[in-house]
Amino acid sequence: MISCEPVARLVEAFNKLPGIGPKSAQRLAYYLLRRPDEEAEALAEAILALKEKIRLCSLCFNITDCDPCLICQDKERDHSKICVVERPSDIPPLERTGKYKGVYHVLHGAVSPAQGIGSEELKIKELSSRLQGSSVAEVILATNPNLEGETTAMYLRRMILPLGIRITRLARGLPFGADLEYADDMTLGQALEDRQEF
Amino acid sequence: MGIPRSYQTQAIVIKQIKLGEVDKIITVYTPEFGKLKAVAKGACRPGSNLGGNVEPLTHSLMMLARGRNLDIVTQSQTIDGFLALKSDLWRMSCGLYLLELVDSFTVVNSGNPPLFDLLLSTLCWLCQTDSSEIALRYFELHFLDYLGYRPQLHQCVICTLPLKPVVNFFSSRQGGILCPQCSEKESESHPIAVDALKILRLWQDCDYSTAKRVKVKSELSSQLRQVIQEYMKYLLQREVKSITWLEQLRGS
Repeated sequence: MISCEPVARLVEAFNKLPGIGPKSAQRLAYYLLRRPDEEAEALAEAILALKEKIRLCSLCFNITDCDPCLICQDKERDHSKICVVERPSDIPPLERTGKYKGVYHVLHGAVSPAQGIGSEELKIKELSSRLQGSSVAEVILATNPNLEGETTAMYLRRMILPLGIRITRLARGLPFGADLEYADDMTLGQALEDRQEF
Repeated sequence: MGIPRSYQTQAIVIKQIKLGEVDKIITVYTPEFGKLKAVAKGACRPGSNLGGNVEPLTHSLMMLARGRNLDIVTQSQTIDGFLALKSDLWRMSCGLYLLELVDSFTVVNSGNPPLFDLLLSTLCWLCQTDSSEIALRYFELHFLDYLGYRPQLHQCVICTLPLKPVVNFFSSRQGGILCPQCSEKESESHPIAVDALKILRLWQDCDYSTAKRVKVKSELSSQLRQVIQEYMKYLLQREVKSITWLEQLRGS
């Protein structure tokens, strides 16, 4: 039992974060107590700014502090290509590859019928209105290669097909360091179908 | 002799949730133990040996080790990945609907081999057939049967008299058909046409190869769907969520 109220409050707040138990929460709180004032203030300010300044880009629905976001604003990027991803956290890994210079669209989830998540709950309508009458030439479906991601991709394909826009899907195959013996049928089948000249 | 530390079973993966960064808790349906929950360690890691073998809608042969709380999947080999199902939006959604039904209606550690066979066969039929609606209705009727909720379709549930070939009524609360006289006493009952009742009776007692030969008009098909799904909603005391998605796909 912590008798000092401000410390107890902070411990309780830390405790609510994922992966932080009561002991770690206490350690973090006492650590901050020992640090200079500026450090604690910077942390508090960063947390406040996160909630105050971050919003969704009105074009791609990625999280951003300016609207449109930096990617959508960038004139150098190819705006005729849209890469559709499930979550904002899917964008940094794609950017890290340095191979994609188009823009994005974040759905904020994937279709999951058993959890009651349908197309209405996602930014699918927004994607549809973004594509209507636009000069977009290609939509890259980069939803996760699992059941929910596949359902979403197939639904999007059905929606985009009548618009005459090229639809592509991230390739599926064997990951680096994998073992052929343990690969599942779906991945191995796909890897065989999409094999490339070597 | 004590309980063996590991065991092997056939399993159909019905659900998965992420556990931490790279692990998954999977829910599988097995013939011997019914529904089971198990941990698939490292399944989210690219290159994991479990990976795609523990995705929902997969029929696998699994080796599990007994854990303190949940058992742990040590090996998994796909027997059938239902690829034809997974490459079509409608069929895959039908498959997901079956999985939700099994997950919602069954309890952990209660083996029901006929139910496992029914689920497995229906997933195979969905891969091949174009009459997916019949496969779904056939599954629903027999599924309820194996769970002990077989609807009474041959006589009035209240007065037990044989039914006449007129428009009768289906009551979810009574679990079967009511004659027109008895239906007046039951506020929530839905009219059911003579043809619809005949089809339900046939499907309840025949095998699938006979069931799929029945030609059902779309109007009758939606009545059959409504009656069975209302009954399931009553038993479950909540909506089956996938139904909304299937309705959306039917409409578009």
